[in-house]
Amino acid sequence: MKNVQKLKRANKSLPFFFKDEFKVSFTIIFVSIILLITTFTFDVVPPILNRGIQPATFPKALLILIIIMTFVIYYLSKKNPWKVEKKLPRSFFLTLLSFIIFIIISKTLDFFLAISALSIFVSYCWGEKRFFYLVLVGIIFPVIVFVFFETILGLRFPPGIITNIYYS
Amino acid sequence: MDNLFLMLAPIFSSKLLLVLFFGTLFGLILGVLPGLGPTTGGALILPFTMTLDPLSAIVLLTSIYCAGTYGGAITAVLINTPGTPAAAATCLDGYPLAQKGEAGRALGMATVSSTVGGIFSVIILVFFAPILAQLAYEFGQPEYFALAIFGLTMLASIGEGSPIKNLIAGAFGILISTVGKDFMTSIDRFTFGINELTEGIGFIPVVVGLFAMSEMLTQSTLINQVFNRIALKAIKLPSIEDYKKTWKTILRSSGIGSFIGVLPAEGGTVASLIGYSEAKRFSKNPEEFGKGSIEGIAGAEAANNAATGGAMVPTLALGIPGSATTAVILTGLIIHGVRPGPDLFREQPDFLYGIFGAMLIANILFFIFGFFGAKIFARITLVPNKILWPMIFAVSVCGTYSLNQSIIDVWIMLFFGVLGFFMRRYGFSVVPVIIGLILGELVEGTLRQSLVIFDGNWLMFLTRPIALTFFILSLIALAFPLIRSKKNKKSL
Repeated sequence: MKNVQKLKRANKSLPFFFKDEFKVSFTIIFVSIILLITTFTFDVVPPILNRGIQPATFPKALLILIIIMTFVIYYLSKKNPWKVEKKLPRSFFLTLLSFIIFIIISKTLDFFLAISALSIFVSYCWGEKRFFYLVLVGIIFPVIVFVFFETILGLRFPPGIITNIYYS
Repeated sequence: MDNLFLMLAPIFSSKLLLVLFFGTLFGLILGVLPGLGPTTGGALILPFTMTLDPLSAIVLLTSIYCAGTYGGAITAVLINTPGTPAAAATCLDGYPLAQKGEAGRALGMATVSSTVGGIFSVIILVFFAPILAQLAYEFGQPEYFALAIFGLTMLASIGEGSPIKNLIAGAFGILISTVGKDFMTSIDRFTFGINELTEGIGFIPVVVGLFAMSEMLTQSTLINQVFNRIALKAIKLPSIEDYKKTWKTILRSSGIGSFIGVLPAEGGTVASLIGYSEAKRFSKNPEEFGKGSIEGIAGAEAANNAATGGAMVPTLALGIPGSATTAVILTGLIIHGVRPGPDLFREQPDFLYGIFGAMLIANILFFIFGFFGAKIFARITLVPNKILWPMIFAVSVCGTYSLNQSIIDVWIMLFFGVLGFFMRRYGFSVVPVIIGLILGELVEGTLRQSLVIFDGNWLMFLTRPIALTFFILSLIALAFPLIRSKKNKKSL
């Protein structure tokens, strides 16, 4: 309880644009406005085909609702500030980075290789240094999953340097 | 008695019993592992269910649901970390009792009260789901629209966290459902020229992303967390004295859990908290709560398991999910071509009896597994996260890819994983997003069809008594958090 009060006090001392409340509300409103503008590019249906409302009307109404409610939470946060979250540790950013690495490898080299690389990278970054366990999570387990999906579910994985060897 | 045989008949095939056996076992393992649980586990298993027939698939998901909800108690008692959010209230007394050297007694009470709560709720499900489905025959498009709105407002009202944040998340979920070709006019919406998006965003990438991947990111922030494990010698059946002390609490919490479960919201978590606080209120020894009260464990566990059957009532009768896990089960029903609602009760009674029977047997099975295997299941928590989560990642990615064999789905999953992490970090529950996504088509479709019926006159909604009732209930649901917070301030 004391910690929460301390964190709330810490949040109060920050300039408004550094506060989580502002950053989160601003992001939601900013994205919603962009999407709202996008809805104006949707095709308009001639009245004879239009059933009830135009296809853009419903998403527009939702986005306006989201913007209004976001203003409300921001207003309420002035009275009752959110607690400041702890700084994210290095392991979080490394895991996030591994997602990006996964996307790059799966797009350019190989889907299976990407799973394998991510598994080893994440396991290592989270503190696993033993070789056997890295091989287990990075090679043995993905191979089991790959074979399971391939044989039981009849899945064909996207082409890549390793999957091409397997399929050939 | 005839009804009982009718209920169990479809389940007594070797294949379904095998599915039930593995589903319960898998559910228990998922429930024991903090961060996984029946919702994430159900989402992970969804793609695999495509190899099964619809009944086997739903039996698998429901058995995971029942057993996973109970499994959370094992971790709550032994390492003071709820395996599932629904077991959070169990930690309050389960762990202190385990610290006193009575872990076996605490788990025994958790197992018995979970089983009683679970079976009680299946009975509620068997009786109330057909009645609700019968009522739903009276529903037209405007009534379904009002019902979906009521479901979303209830979620905001009694779900976890801030009601307005829940509403924003729900609206965002509905917004996601509008991506792709408009189902009435075939006009592209939010596709940004990406062909793969014209079919819309699938349930599975969103569900796996919001639950499994966001949890992986959460776990990445907790890698230095140390658990104090309490050794479990053997699980013990509660004594006669314990039964005398708790039977009223178990029955009361079973009722509370079933009722909360029926309401479209976050089911078990809320039910266990209310079950726990009511157990404390009615107890002759409220001062023992928080220090290892056996009534506290019974109150929380009976309620969270009772919510499972309750949450299946609106899911099957109306197609409105009663909790996060039933949202996953509903997704399973939809991808197998089964549309829940009154017609399901008329056209496929065997299918429904199969589900009821599976839930009943799952409750008995987890009692047996829990009683004889709790010690082994407790050891599962020893699997380090640095091994477990990369494996879950591999399964998530392959599972998500397998559905449409689309790499875009995998990227969508990762996007929602990151989004889900930040949503949780800033107090937005991810459950309303899923429920919004599932209800999105229903909300928009029924609204637009109603407007066609009403010739564009919105006020005509108010001339339909059932729809009007749901709108009034929605307003009450929205006002409820305000009243509650004012009441809390007064009592302070």
